[in-house]
Amino acid sequence: MGIVKATKLIFDYITRDEADNVEDVKRAINNLNIDITQGDFVAVLGHNGSGKSTFAKHLNGILLPTEGTVFISDLNTANDETLLDLRKMVGMVFQNPDNQIIGNVVEEDVAFGPENIGIPTDEMWKRVDAALEAVGMTAYRYKSPNKLSGGQKQRVAIAGIMAMKPKCIVLDEPTAMLDPNGRKEVIKTVLELNKKENITVILITHYMEEVIEADRVIVMDEGKIVMDGTPKEVFSHVEELKKLRLDVPSTTELAYELKQAGLKLPDGILTLDELVDNLLPILK
Amino acid sequence: MLRDITLGQYYPVDSFIHRLDPRTKLFGTMIFIISLFIADSWLSYGLATVFLVIAIGLSKVPVKFMLKGLKAVLVLLIISVSFNLFLTDGEVLFKFWIFKITREGIRVSLFMGMRLIFLIVGSSVMTLTTTPNALTDGLEKSLGFLKAVRIPVHEISMMMSIALRFIPILIEETDKIMKAQMARGADFESGNIIQKAKAMVPLLVPLFISAMRRATDLAMAMEARCYHGGDGRTKLKPLKYKREDILTYLYYLVYMSICIAVVFCF
Amino acid sequence: MQENVQDIQIEAKKLNFIYGEGTAFEQYALKDVSFKIRRGEFVGIIGHTGSGKSTLIQHLNGLIKSTSGELYFNGENIYAPKYDLRLLRQKVGLVFQYPEHQLFEVDVLSDVEFGPKNQKLSELEIEARAKESLALVGLDESFYKKSPFELSGGQKRRVAIAGVLAMNPEVLILDEPTAGLDPKGRDELFDEIIELKKKRDMTIILVSHSMEDVAKYVDRLLVMNKGELVLDGTPKEVFKQYKFLESIGLSAPGITYIVERLKKEGIDLGDDITTIEEARDAILKYIKRKDKNA
Repeated sequence: MGIVKATKLIFDYITRDEADNVEDVKRAINNLNIDITQGDFVAVLGHNGSGKSTFAKHLNGILLPTEGTVFISDLNTANDETLLDLRKMVGMVFQNPDNQIIGNVVEEDVAFGPENIGIPTDEMWKRVDAALEAVGMTAYRYKSPNKLSGGQKQRVAIAGIMAMKPKCIVLDEPTAMLDPNGRKEVIKTVLELNKKENITVILITHYMEEVIEADRVIVMDEGKIVMDGTPKEVFSHVEELKKLRLDVPSTTELAYELKQAGLKLPDGILTLDELVDNLLPILK
Repeated sequence: MLRDITLGQYYPVDSFIHRLDPRTKLFGTMIFIISLFIADSWLSYGLATVFLVIAIGLSKVPVKFMLKGLKAVLVLLIISVSFNLFLTDGEVLFKFWIFKITREGIRVSLFMGMRLIFLIVGSSVMTLTTTPNALTDGLEKSLGFLKAVRIPVHEISMMMSIALRFIPILIEETDKIMKAQMARGADFESGNIIQKAKAMVPLLVPLFISAMRRATDLAMAMEARCYHGGDGRTKLKPLKYKREDILTYLYYLVYMSICIAVVFCF
Repeated sequence: MQENVQDIQIEAKKLNFIYGEGTAFEQYALKDVSFKIRRGEFVGIIGHTGSGKSTLIQHLNGLIKSTSGELYFNGENIYAPKYDLRLLRQKVGLVFQYPEHQLFEVDVLSDVEFGPKNQKLSELEIEARAKESLALVGLDESFYKKSPFELSGGQKRRVAIAGVLAMNPEVLILDEPTAGLDPKGRDELFDEIIELKKKRDMTIILVSHSMEDVAKYVDRLLVMNKGELVLDGTPKEVFKQYKFLESIGLSAPGITYIVERLKKEGIDLGDDITTIEEARDAILKYIKRKDKNA
């Protein structure tokens, strides 16, 4: 069943001058249609200004469509009355790890969401325990968030969302400010939640290594979807990705370069194993 | 390193006072302050001394820490004591040039000094034994009645607790911006007051902008996590009175009754 | 390269830096760090978060003073009592991480002028320097009067870098200059840094988390771990020790792993391959040789 369904979505950023007259209209999302299946791990790629973050903010009603509709399950994001239910269902992790933690103690921060939706105290403790366990942060529960690394802070933020028992987690460039180890830590956590708890994951990023294990990759440019498919399908189009000024994983790029030089290799090689398996017969 | 700065002055040991509900401690501090203001005799001050010594003893916090707070008010203390000492009329005991010291002056200034010292040390007992978080929680709950007169108690306490989280981050950020501007040749130390104030602009503008950015981000993150004010909120750690708290309240009642009795009867 | 005293621009001798000395939290941020950097070198510094990279670069322009050890710039001891640290900071330009967070002026040009103004140059010189630096980072006249806060992330960052360049430094230190930029912004910025190095003949020190980037751009790598300098060599030499790098929480560029794997399968492409182009050429050469032998 589809969990996210956007139809003919258009969003304009409107800047107004002091007299409230429209000064400038920037179309950030231009007639976007998408249907995301429950339980999928979907990666959204695109350079800055491609509209990917704007799209993410539509998924839990932080932004509302200028035209068109966004449905999460059977809730219209534009419906004010069901806004809290919507936000319970779709959790969001943002880019800056410092600016999304509210509590002064890790476990209190994880409880912030459940507190807001009025979960009884006993139930809340159970949820906090389970959420911390799910992201592997139980050992840090009494710590101040200020003493954690970037990757750990993002995991706390994810735990805070898990404690709301969501169906879908949207991560808006969660690793952009992290070092390589922090990045791995966060992606591993998200992949686990996707596999074990069947949570739909929508990961917005521009790091290609992070999308290899996705079920589906969407590439956005100028507010539109320009590519949509499995990682293998999308990374078969190295030329197009380069034109969009996006990276490709180094294995894919090497395979592409070799193919350009005349070697017989299949399209869309993603992993080291694939590359080696395909290269060995040629080299031996 | 700068992030290690702890706010407030919480002294982490386990003691009877530490375990009390923050509301009990807030109320106790209030009772103590009232008792200081109605005190008008040596006996009253003696009672207050006993109350304070018991509190300090039970808190297991070294006295040294209790007295630290006095440093900040030392000047105020000296000024108010000397004003009372020299400017109170009455039976003159000692006189030189334009100064005269009276029996009443000595009495009033001693009371004044004790009152100030007790006030500071008394509140230190509370802040040293209660985490800033617990204090905020305690304030929110015990001032809940003010909601009836449209004072946004929940919002204020939420703001306090967010400030507690972000102050260390902003301190670190200040340090970073300062270094970045020093790398561009900024000088924050030399010059007169006006030059120094001007030199702060390259520090304060980026800091303000950063704080605004963080506030916007945080507001969005809070909204995304279903924050919609205090209505219908539950708590992970709701405040609950225990037996010790009830005993402590009884003790307050006894103390207050004796204090009032002393004021009226002597 | 011949060892010529004139060539040595920066020399660190047994630098130590201890946080919270004498307290229970005492901790070495730098431990016996020694190295020499020659004029015109492009040096990369890698190490995981907390390895002492940031502390080290702040020593190089005198923002932090070492607990013990000596640091020489152009042959002069910067810890000598009469040494002018403010002059050092002009000569060794330091661009912090997310440098756009230090912008504060009403327009781009005035912000870039902040550094030269502090140098007390003439009005004419200040403006000339600012305009030249903005041109170096690829921002033309149309940006001069714009508010720095209206610009895109990548543009803001370039204004901030121009702000340091305007002081005419001999050495430029960049702490993670591409953090948070998308691949396009990253590539553009690196192109500009390379261009800059050519035009101004600067010494550049780049702190980075990206092994791909350092493999592509730098001549020499310093590897930090727990406050110590553990490796010092060309990227090729350093990445040969990829197992050691992993043991200290780092990794080698993806290409290294492909080459190593092929080696295990009996195909030796040589052991100084760190970029995609090199790998491609080596594989093609290998096939040609094989075809010849067949």
